[in-house]
Amino acid sequence: MDSKQKRALIARRIAQELSDGDVVNLGIGLPTMVSNFIPPGVNITLQSENGFVGLGPTPAPGEEDPCLVNAGGQPVTILPGGAFFDSAESFAIIRGGHVDVTVLGALEVDAEGNLANWMVPGKMVPGMGGAMDLVVGAKRVIVATLHVTKDGEPKLLKKCRLPLTAAAEVDLVVTDMGVFEIKDGKMIIVEKNPEFTIEEIQAATEAELVVSPQLRDMDVSGL
Amino acid sequence: MTCGTPCGLVEELAGSGAKDLTIICNDTGLMGDGIGMLISTDAVQHLIASHIGTNPETGQKMIDGKIQVELVPQGTLAERIRCAGAGLGGVLTPTGVGTVVAEGKEEIQVDGRTYLLEKPLHADFALIKAWKADRKGNLIYRKSARNFNPLMAMAADCVIAEVEEIVEVGEIGPDEVVTPGIFISYLTRRSN
Repeated sequence: MDSKQKRALIARRIAQELSDGDVVNLGIGLPTMVSNFIPPGVNITLQSENGFVGLGPTPAPGEEDPCLVNAGGQPVTILPGGAFFDSAESFAIIRGGHVDVTVLGALEVDAEGNLANWMVPGKMVPGMGGAMDLVVGAKRVIVATLHVTKDGEPKLLKKCRLPLTAAAEVDLVVTDMGVFEIKDGKMIIVEKNPEFTIEEIQAATEAELVVSPQLRDMDVSGL
Repeated sequence: MTCGTPCGLVEELAGSGAKDLTIICNDTGLMGDGIGMLISTDAVQHLIASHIGTNPETGQKMIDGKIQVELVPQGTLAERIRCAGAGLGGVLTPTGVGTVVAEGKEEIQVDGRTYLLEKPLHADFALIKAWKADRKGNLIYRKSARNFNPLMAMAADCVIAEVEEIVEVGEIGPDEVVTPGIFISYLTRRSN
């Protein structure tokens, strides 16, 4: 599976977690791809933390509006029925529990539901932006990440080593190797990529995996 | 990243030779653009922002010790500015509990949940951007360029609004006004 297929697998699987009527915030990058795979009949409202709901697709070339961008500064559109607001109201929506699901990337995530995704001391300090509020405030936190780093190191750890974005807030982790529920300090594998055995997945994971009795295969067709 | 930034005012400030400024903003724009203009001209001594990743120059100057950077979660930044404008002594937020953001801050339990006490952020000057103003300073904004502007308009001694259009009083209906003109000290027009 190449990198593009892995990312599509993760995004498509997360899209199946969304329910009709959900208010959803998608992070920049891989999480944004989730919106390409929303199942038919499921209508969701996308929230953009820089100040609106009703986030629509990328505009056609030449149709960009410098006053209408997503949280990463990229040109976007707003759908009929959308609404603009200021940053305090935007984060009241986020912190106040009015976002049903947030999907974010990870540098590290662990079995206690801790997430680190905003800095590497001495190397990369972009800032947390809205991530800390999203992870604390959203009803459900889903992490979208490749299973290992570029160097092949595990990202699903016993305990995060990098500075945390939030403590014990992650509910579900979806990678190219499987789907992992975080519950009571345990990382439970509930679905696996059929290209790998449980042993192979465990070998690429620092956290100790608990295998769900209902373990299923991920759908990897048509990627 | 520069959406909602009063780029005309920022450019004037960057060209004015001002130094040792404390800047409160969401992000430092792009290299040499938006707030990035102030970073390039070494006008900033202390920066309070939620994100600097889109402008590598800020990160470099932070590492070199030229700029002191305080990173604040975006929602906390918005509330700290809002509570300064609203006359509140601070805000209790669950954001940042259990992270480096909590270091040195008072933790307060309310009904069994832990919150951080985050204090107000007030400024001497607010430079804000709006779409339209009437001559009383009533403002409306355009799309996602609203962001921090209505909050900053309440939280400074002197508030200067850069707008694209200035209309007569009455042309913006009272129901449409987002920021009441009582907050605004000066208007300047800059057409796009």
